[in-house]
Amino acid sequence: MRAFWLLLPMGVIALLFVAVPLIYVIALSFLHRGEMMGVTGPATIENYLRMFDARYARVMLDSISMAAYTTVLSLLIGYPFAYYMARATPRWRNLLMLLVIVPFWTNALVRVYGWRILLLANGPINTFLLRIGLIDRPLKLLFTYGAMLLGMVYSLLPFMILPVYSSVEKMDWQCEAAARDLGAGPWRAFWTVTLPLTLPGVLAGCLLVFVPSIGLFFIADLLGGSQVIVIGNLIRDQLLKARDWPFGAALSVALLVVTCLVLVGYRRAGGKDLEVF
Amino acid sequence: MSDILLSLRGVSKNFGEGDVLRGIDLDVRRGEFLTLLGPSGCGKTTTLRIIAGLTGPDTGNVILEERDVTALPPEKRNVNTVFQNYALFPHMNVANNIAYGLRVRRAPKQTIRTKIEEMLALVQLEGFAKRMPAQLSGGQRQRVAIARALVCNPALLLLDEPLGALDLQLRRQMQLELKRLQEKLGITFVYITHDQEEALNMSDRIAVMNDGGFEQIGAPDVIYEQPATRFVAQFIGQANLMEARVTQIHENSLTLLHGDQTVLASAPSDGALKAGDSCLLCVRTERLHYAEMPHAPFTLTGMVMENRYTGGALITRIRLPSGEEWTAGGHGRADEAPAVGSTVHLWWDPAQAAVVGGGRGGA
Repeated sequence: MRAFWLLLPMGVIALLFVAVPLIYVIALSFLHRGEMMGVTGPATIENYLRMFDARYARVMLDSISMAAYTTVLSLLIGYPFAYYMARATPRWRNLLMLLVIVPFWTNALVRVYGWRILLLANGPINTFLLRIGLIDRPLKLLFTYGAMLLGMVYSLLPFMILPVYSSVEKMDWQCEAAARDLGAGPWRAFWTVTLPLTLPGVLAGCLLVFVPSIGLFFIADLLGGSQVIVIGNLIRDQLLKARDWPFGAALSVALLVVTCLVLVGYRRAGGKDLEVF
Repeated sequence: MSDILLSLRGVSKNFGEGDVLRGIDLDVRRGEFLTLLGPSGCGKTTTLRIIAGLTGPDTGNVILEERDVTALPPEKRNVNTVFQNYALFPHMNVANNIAYGLRVRRAPKQTIRTKIEEMLALVQLEGFAKRMPAQLSGGQRQRVAIARALVCNPALLLLDEPLGALDLQLRRQMQLELKRLQEKLGITFVYITHDQEEALNMSDRIAVMNDGGFEQIGAPDVIYEQPATRFVAQFIGQANLMEARVTQIHENSLTLLHGDQTVLASAPSDGALKAGDSCLLCVRTERLHYAEMPHAPFTLTGMVMENRYTGGALITRIRLPSGEEWTAGGHGRADEAPAVGSTVHLWWDPAQAAVVGGGRGGA
């Protein structure tokens, strides 16, 4: 009985902020768009059928592939970073940790705007390259797929570094020493012992990068121009521009399903409960 | 083929907080069981890591099988290690742990399979091949660690406090097993421990380490009977120590004066002591006798401070006139205890009392 009262506030919060909006969105997704605004009945599954239109399927696939690229790039950059951070002397470790955490003190939007300026045709990067004579004309940096990917990796990298760092830091280095002692070279010891033992951090990091990167729309807008429309852009456009709430809601539900599938995959892959710190 | 398998020459190491090793020299003979014995922080694990190649020395050389291997990485040395806390690969089962060294060397599948069986039989773990390390007891993990290190037939096996995590009974049993294994395989063992009983039980030779250097290297009985330094005398066994001055030198023994009291001790083999020299005398507790009547020519007396009966042995604390407290602990019954406060005469067999450092000023 006591437990019930103690858990009650949690239940109320979960109900108000998770269950109710979710039910609302799911309910919306089964309605028609209203004549002027809002929604009307009767219930329909048309919104879901619409998604199988080639254009929308394309957006979904583009989103997933971009999230995958973002995750792989974040892993390739984040793992070595986290590895050396965990093995550095305490002084260096604190400094590197600060480098990872400081960006969180500024708004993400502001930081992405910063990249926008850096990548402009007459921005610092082009100016520098022109000055040193490496290029004759400014490169098109902004509004490219690469710029968008850069922004994504830049924004989500800490979510890869922190769980990997936590895993590497907890690693029993005697095991790596044992591998070397038994005849494995440094790379072999890494692939057969260090990497498998830090895999929980790698999986957690991939999850923390992949899931938000499917939905992030402002980076695609600010750095990618209209090169690629990701699912986040599409949902926003349906809700705010086209005013088609039921279809926007249906797309949101689809995104939620994809995310849940990724989580199930993570569990299957042997991932434990998320341990960021 | 040289008799010496491994040599350390002038090996030193400094991790930035003072010297961990101060230019040590060591020769390990082929087939011997050598123990590095010392308190924690004396540099024994660093010595082992330098031999294994896991840590590089600042100066000095490591010579293995007449080849300078100082610059070789661990995977290129014919040495394997049983790590403290075993360091088994937690994501591999017992068979894969054991097979690791063979797989790295790309041994044929059939060889690997036979070798795994062979090693499991050697450490008496038949039927455990598919278990994960987390499913094993401490003693079983210990055996897997040994099997894993032995599978590649190293010339030298290094063991870093391998029994430290086991309870006393299991530790005694494993001591015997390890010793038997070493004799059976004829592999040279360099074994680290801070447990003097373990060292005395198992070793052919003991190297006593303290503060980054060797205090004495020798057979267990020599270390025990003829300690080279005050540290060795105090670290190994229970020692009663006294400062004394040599008055007479006989063929096999010495007459010494402690204050104005006469005692005898065995004469050091190097004959370096002269009449009038000061020295430190070491008498083991179990070799210190006391009686109500004097035992000429000893004139040493003491006052009984305390008796303790510890099952089979009677431990008596005796205060000398100089104020030092000695302990006598031979076999005895509780009802044989001398009265507390009474004066007793102390004596010992001169052959069983040694001058520390054999007269080389080790005190």
